[in-house]
Amino acid sequence: MLDYLISGISLGSVYAIIALGYTMVYGIAKMLNFAHGDIIMIGGYAAFCTGYYLHWPVWLAVLFAVVVCTVLGVVIEKLAYKPLRNATSLAVLITAIGVSYFLQNVALLIWTSNPKAFPNMLSFIPYVNIGRIQITGTALGTVVTCIVVMVALTLFTDKTKMGKAMRTVSEDKGAASLMGINVNGTISLTFAIGSGLAAIAGVLLCSAYPTLMPTTGAMPGIKAFTAAVFGGIGSIPGAMIGGILLGVIEIFAKAYISTQLSDAIVFAVLIIVLIVKPTGLLGKKITEKV
Amino acid sequence: MKKLSKDTLMSFVNYGIVILFYIVFQILASTGNLSSTMKGQLIPIVSYVIMALSLNLVVGISGELSLGHAGFMSVGAFTGAVVSTALTDGIPNTVVRLLISIVIAAVMAGIAGILIGIPVLRLRGDYLAIVTLAFGEIIKNVLNCLYVGVDRRGIHFSMNSTGALDLQEGGKVVINGPMGASIMKISSFTCGIVLLLLVLFVIQNLIKSRHGRAIMAIRDNRIAAEACGLNVTKYKLIAFVISAAMAGAAGCLYALNFATVAPKKFDFNTSILVLVFVVLGGIGNMTGSIIAAALLTVLPELLRQFQDYRMLIYAIVLVLVMIATNNEKIRGLIKSIGKKNKQESSGKEAA
Amino acid sequence: MSNQKETRYVDVPGPGRIPERDKGRGPVLECTHLGIEFGGLKAVEEFNIAVGATEIGGLIGPNGAGKTTVFNLLTKVYQPTHGVILLDGKDTHGMSTAQVNQAGIARTFQNIRLFDKLSVEDNVKVGMHNNVKYHLPSSVFRLPKFWQEEKRAHESALELLDIFGMADLADVKASSLPYGAQRRLEIVRALATKPKLLLLDEPAAGMNPSETEELMNNIRKIRDTFGIAVLLIEHDMNLVMGICENIIVLNFGKVIAKGTPEEIQNDPVVIEAYLGSQADETGSEGFAASAAKEAQKKKAEKEKAHMSEVEEASVDVEE
Repeated sequence: MLDYLISGISLGSVYAIIALGYTMVYGIAKMLNFAHGDIIMIGGYAAFCTGYYLHWPVWLAVLFAVVVCTVLGVVIEKLAYKPLRNATSLAVLITAIGVSYFLQNVALLIWTSNPKAFPNMLSFIPYVNIGRIQITGTALGTVVTCIVVMVALTLFTDKTKMGKAMRTVSEDKGAASLMGINVNGTISLTFAIGSGLAAIAGVLLCSAYPTLMPTTGAMPGIKAFTAAVFGGIGSIPGAMIGGILLGVIEIFAKAYISTQLSDAIVFAVLIIVLIVKPTGLLGKKITEKV
Repeated sequence: MKKLSKDTLMSFVNYGIVILFYIVFQILASTGNLSSTMKGQLIPIVSYVIMALSLNLVVGISGELSLGHAGFMSVGAFTGAVVSTALTDGIPNTVVRLLISIVIAAVMAGIAGILIGIPVLRLRGDYLAIVTLAFGEIIKNVLNCLYVGVDRRGIHFSMNSTGALDLQEGGKVVINGPMGASIMKISSFTCGIVLLLLVLFVIQNLIKSRHGRAIMAIRDNRIAAEACGLNVTKYKLIAFVISAAMAGAAGCLYALNFATVAPKKFDFNTSILVLVFVVLGGIGNMTGSIIAAALLTVLPELLRQFQDYRMLIYAIVLVLVMIATNNEKIRGLIKSIGKKNKQESSGKEAA
Repeated sequence: MSNQKETRYVDVPGPGRIPERDKGRGPVLECTHLGIEFGGLKAVEEFNIAVGATEIGGLIGPNGAGKTTVFNLLTKVYQPTHGVILLDGKDTHGMSTAQVNQAGIARTFQNIRLFDKLSVEDNVKVGMHNNVKYHLPSSVFRLPKFWQEEKRAHESALELLDIFGMADLADVKASSLPYGAQRRLEIVRALATKPKLLLLDEPAAGMNPSETEELMNNIRKIRDTFGIAVLLIEHDMNLVMGICENIIVLNFGKVIAKGTPEEIQNDPVVIEAYLGSQADETGSEGFAASAAKEAQKKKAEKEKAHMSEVEEASVDVEE
């Protein structure tokens, strides 16, 4: 029982980090960045190639993955999304899907569809015993990383000038630019942070579930996105809570109900939450002015 | 009256395109000028065209984004598989059996549409989209665990294994969990075209009726539509359920063209694929949906010589087309080429 | 401009008085203690009025006084937190916006809300939706009932459009209409729902003086032809004083005065409310002067709006 809870929280922490990327981008650019899941996958491959083939130390491999994804995120934003800043949300969504296909197929060409066995990059963390419960180093590392990311991000958006600019842009782009805030720069920064987090999530995900394929990011991406919606999209603590709850529900459903139906159960819970609270757990109520 | 006749003209153009498509391919096939891969593509093309039309009803006419349309397709596909197998002995005529299968598949998908639509359609925008996505995944997951068999006593269901079906001797497993359904191929191109024409007929008539007007009014301005006395949920549900039923029919047609069909064929990627047809064809534009769905279904086949690069090319083309058709500057550029259009844009700015 | 006779009023039980000629039918609308709070903030409170069955009423007040909020309460865009709304004696409690419309209240919007992608005629037909009766199978399979009802709908839509001389615009897309025509179309669409009470939210906004003059005649014509009540929000004092028989003045969510145009123009509380908000500009000038100044300002704005409208119209023709 407690074992499941711990692995649920661990999985949920990964979802939460991915969901943060979705939520920040949604909050600021009002778009569903469907390619986010594939950035996770690219992050995984970046860490895999440097860590496994080149035998770089873990910290360097992770750093490299973060840099690659950050740059990738910003480039994608500049090339594909920025030209569509004023287009309909559906047009942007389809473009994001196109980018997602693009990343998956590039990965397919470079690394082929054969799954790679990802080395556990958190194996240096010792396991911890609490009473009779053993917490693996991977789970511990994942949860700690998640907490650190969460705290850092909250401090960033609340305390720093750039973070405040980010919040202002997400409230009102027009007013923000009148206040002298560099809107395009702020959006790029958001993509950079979101994509950097995706790289970390990629490493954590692959350390816990060590098969790496071009489609690895897709399903966790979709789930993390539902986690963001679950918690109330646009809200940083919402993404956190949504991610962890989703992870816990998924592990419990797998353990107690059915492995095959676990995804169905996760999505069913999401639907129930949205029907009861249409803007997610911590989402703001949107009222239309008449 | 001029506008009216233009709309009506477009409707007939659509029927014409479909019929022309049918005639051309029938001639090609009968003269032996059609490759076997192309022949195999005909029914999938028709199915995807129907899918695109049905999704366009939701996205273009009703204005709601659905990311789980493949779910309805799979409900239709698996219903069709079960029904057609169960009726094999009872109705030897394959055309009649196909038609009955399609009707029941459409009804089942329509029921799924009602069950999903009632809770979902109260949500708005992106939230509705994500819930349709979730439903699509749920349907896929449930079908992955579904086992159905047919014997002389009737149809048997199980969520565990084929053993639990407890079939009599001579019984047949129709749906085998993640392995999918094993099916007798009874779909025909002609039946598909007839179905497509029917779907087109229903959609085009619906749009130009009080119901269609209500649906489009809600899309254009929900609050004003309510103030005009329209029951918003009712009309959104009508569009959603009709669309789901059509997707079910398309799924049935599609499935009965293959020997086996697995639930994972109708996953999120299929939903997105159909959405891409709709968006590239022009949201709300039925002619566009028909052409885009047909071309993009064959495109991967035509790109076969590029092998590994074809999906990459597809992705790049998709992104470029979206940017070209939606970027303000590029659109402005295209517009300013024609001087008439140029004046129009300046008029809009002044307002 | 206010060449019409003062309406004789009679008191009715409840919140107010109605024109003597409507006495037999009773008030079409009665609000008692109507109010709404948004998170403790009272946007509208103690709104008590009665509107006669063929009365033209006006709702005026400074910006942010809560005028549109009253309309939103009447049409249930917001559910009131206090009070009762009786429509033709029937309590509208718990009704949705759509149900209130079916019960007999139609409205227009301050920020025009048309069905942009539909034609002018289809916009009107959407208004007639609940009066055009055929079922889904008739739509889809074009049964005889469809043709009958659509023919009837087409004819009455053109008839309604003709009130505003818009019948020749029937096939134009709503969004490509000039601004003034969009406002008129909203009124036609509202009328098409066969209301007992028509709520007009700033119907003259953006119209030039001659259009406003025409609008006033049309509002009277609507009242006389259809025998319905009209309640309008408007800043154009010429229009309000010209056609409203009874005026309600709202300030900070409260009714500060009710009465005939003459009573309102001489009401010290009203003058105070208007002057209070524009003290710097108007100094010690009287209400009438301040209203005139306001009207002049509006006129200038309107002319500006009209200019762009003309440009737009010329483009439409080419299209």
